[in-house]
Amino acid sequence: MSKTFTLDDKRIPFEDGQTILQAALAASVYIPHLCYHPDLEPHGSCKLCTVKVGGRQTAACTLRAAEGMAVESDTGEINAQRLALVQMLFVEGNHFCPSCEQSGDCRLQATAYQLGMLSPHFDHFFPNRPVDASHPDFLLDFNRCILCSLCVRASREVDGKNVFALAGRGLKTHLIVNAPSGKLGDTDFGGADKAAHVCPVGVILPKRRGFAVPIGERTFDKSSIADYVASRHGKRGGEK
Amino acid sequence: MTAHDATRPAPPPAGAPERKPKLATVSLAGCFGCHMSFLDIDERLFTLIEHVTFDRSPFTDKKEVGECDIGLIEGGVCNAENVQILREFRQHCKILVALGACAINGGLPAQRNSIPLSSLLQAVYYSSPRLPHGGIPDDAELPLLLDKVHPIHEVVKVDYFIPGCPPSADAIWSVLRDLLAGRAPVLGHGMLHYD
Repeated sequence: MSKTFTLDDKRIPFEDGQTILQAALAASVYIPHLCYHPDLEPHGSCKLCTVKVGGRQTAACTLRAAEGMAVESDTGEINAQRLALVQMLFVEGNHFCPSCEQSGDCRLQATAYQLGMLSPHFDHFFPNRPVDASHPDFLLDFNRCILCSLCVRASREVDGKNVFALAGRGLKTHLIVNAPSGKLGDTDFGGADKAAHVCPVGVILPKRRGFAVPIGERTFDKSSIADYVASRHGKRGGEK
Repeated sequence: MTAHDATRPAPPPAGAPERKPKLATVSLAGCFGCHMSFLDIDERLFTLIEHVTFDRSPFTDKKEVGECDIGLIEGGVCNAENVQILREFRQHCKILVALGACAINGGLPAQRNSIPLSSLLQAVYYSSPRLPHGGIPDDAELPLLLDKVHPIHEVVKVDYFIPGCPPSADAIWSVLRDLLAGRAPVLGHGMLHYD
């Protein structure tokens, strides 16, 4: 009999060392998240995966599961906080879905759909963030960066290249390219890199692909992110 | 949306005075695409017209908004006239609805927000080979441009939002149907799109 904890009304089996999020996803149970990727070390920064354990809030991607733990996730209170986090991400950057190549495949957008976001609620920052088109095969559109650091971690941990970094602090935190010129075209970044394929939004885009798959026929046009993520990660069913 | 009969608004309660709710619509800094999508409700327009009277709207060409039950706003605000009309709508409409991406986050017109207004006007009116001597228009009839394009909720309180560029006819119909039946509108998966 494997060890279990409860997530809302479900019993989730886990193995020693698994985080709450890893165990939940393995059991095909979705917890919203943006900065987590199964192949990379958890970062715990986006806070979308915040759950309540023993009445205290914690990131499900960093807390290891423990026998008998009672975890609350899909509650009105927590989802309202997640919605506010997503709304803040939308107003901090320039997220104009109709003109974004990633629309329909974007995890920020799909998470906002999942949380029922109808408006960004807050006042927009409308920041000025020029794009970087210097690389022959990839475009960087910083307008959409949510500072999840997935590209930073992928480039460091998997590709061994250290192409990206988060610079600045607090509100001034921003994504940079590690080159004297600051341009992606002056790095050894390439299409085979893990970092080229982990961006949850539309910052790192392959050139000349654009709208090859039309709007309306994309990943999250077809299924909700909850169904999509649960079906991709799940290896065994959660026990009721 | 298949069976239109099932989607009709609830009839008014028995004994209630006969009065059709008034609906006003306007396009501010928009492209009228949301209005086109509104027209895309097709034959459901006949059902709608049984239940509402149109006040100020491109459909009626009325210039002033009267006391209304529902106001639909397409587009964000890019100039002083947009702000004035938006405030008039807020003042006269019991329920104000942001219709489409531009009303909700500024949309395409807000792409100018990272560029100083003076640079934009210089680029358009002094760099264009077709406007060699025109200068920047300053006729008193022309509304003054705002330095940035803003979504409408940054100017007035907005009660409901219908995202999309444009929102689908089904989404618009679903929200109108809910509002006319006195329910809070809900847009589920498939109806909720930002693109």
